[in-house]
Amino acid sequence: MAASRNISVSEASRPKLPRHAKLKFDETRKVWVMLAPERVLAPDEIAVEVLQLCDGVRSVGDMADLLAAKYVAPREAILADVIGMLQDLADKGFLTEAREKTP
Amino acid sequence: MSDILAEGKTAGAAPTDGLAVLESQRSTAETFGIPLAVLAELTHRCPLQCPYCSNPIELDRGGSELTTEEWKKVLSELAEIGVLQIHFSGGEPTARKDLVELVQHATDVGLYSNLITSAVLLTKEKLSALADAGLCHVQISFQGNEPMVADRVAGLKNAHEKKIEAAKWTRELDLPLTVNAVMHRQNLHQLADIIQMAVDLDADRLEVANVQYYGWALKNRAALMPTIEQIDETSRIVEEAVVRLKGILAIDFVVPDYYALRPKKCMGGWGRQFFNISPAGKVLPCHAAESITGLEFESVRSNHSIAWIWQNSEAFNRYRGTGWMPEPCQSCEFKEVDFGGCRCQAFALTGDAGNTDPACTLSPMHEQIFKQAEREAAAHQDRFLYRNFAGGTLETEGEHGA
Repeated sequence: MAASRNISVSEASRPKLPRHAKLKFDETRKVWVMLAPERVLAPDEIAVEVLQLCDGVRSVGDMADLLAAKYVAPREAILADVIGMLQDLADKGFLTEAREKTP
Repeated sequence: MSDILAEGKTAGAAPTDGLAVLESQRSTAETFGIPLAVLAELTHRCPLQCPYCSNPIELDRGGSELTTEEWKKVLSELAEIGVLQIHFSGGEPTARKDLVELVQHATDVGLYSNLITSAVLLTKEKLSALADAGLCHVQISFQGNEPMVADRVAGLKNAHEKKIEAAKWTRELDLPLTVNAVMHRQNLHQLADIIQMAVDLDADRLEVANVQYYGWALKNRAALMPTIEQIDETSRIVEEAVVRLKGILAIDFVVPDYYALRPKKCMGGWGRQFFNISPAGKVLPCHAAESITGLEFESVRSNHSIAWIWQNSEAFNRYRGTGWMPEPCQSCEFKEVDFGGCRCQAFALTGDAGNTDPACTLSPMHEQIFKQAEREAAAHQDRFLYRNFAGGTLETEGEHGA
């Protein structure tokens, strides 16, 4: 039920975009957009990179490892930023977590 | 429903509102870029008879509707010029036998599709076929939280029960669900229960949309206009629920402008970020625009492209921007905040679409019109005029329009 969607993003979460949130490159405006019910969001460069990592397999911790290595930046700060951004999306219903299918 | 992509719907820290970002990158000459989302009113046919229907009084007959091939061509053209989302609406869009085909075509050309439906004609098989065709989101209208009120407002027996069933199928198919609750004097007492109903239906979003008074709703204003006490209570209930249901149910609230001090920024400004296509193929600045007599609207059946119509047609340019504004708008510090309010409302209430929207307290007509609305709300004339192709049918004693 609805309460199960109230996810709390942590280092162990394996987030992914739900079917109603589509990340797409807008050829007309030459920007990345995220399409969601009644909304079009324009994620910035970093957000796009994080969203592209959200495949339901990688954990948020894995993402922080990748980004920390790529940008030679402190992992802790990156982890906090990523969690903050993803939690915000989750609160708005644009992010879900990979979970076991119930029969 | 009218606040598609309304500004202020931001996604917080990192991703910001698409329109604001995209517009900020434009030069002034390009201000009227192609809208991100377009409303396709596939048909005006509908099994419901809601007295506040947003369709025009003069409904398009079935025979005048665009064909499947014409709609497909429209969808392809929209995708090509940069539209990102398509809202299939009506009337009742599922009354079109080719809906699955149209959704599939939208998917094929890369459009994000949304179905705005009364849901009473849906079956689980039909919904499943729509999901397979790539439908991204379902929005179901509700007239109340239980059949007594809801079926009477809809003018259709068993409508509420069917809607509940369809809402459950929607979530079983893992499609996101928006509950659209149109609120007025005769169902506002159910608001708290409607919010709970949306939670119980596992909806993602709830639109609490107060009736906007033009077309059918204006004819029914005496039966629909809320009292000021109801409006205060509504705001209190919504504000409390928004906080309590954070992360569970997103709530969008469309405020009734009759009781506001400033008019709404209708359609985000005329011809600024929205157009819709009527069943017969007219390209319109808003779904009520045809109520303004004296404006000629171009059709997708003309030899003009949709982009040309949007950028160059007389109807879109007449009330674009701020240059057309009379006083008190022209010198008003809010003129680029609300763009003078709603043209259809100005026309309906003052006879001239170029006047200041009387919802604004600065309009010379404001006092007269809104005192009258308050009197109507207090008079409790509750009888509906049901929406239909025959120009409306008055509700009879003891039997609703079903």
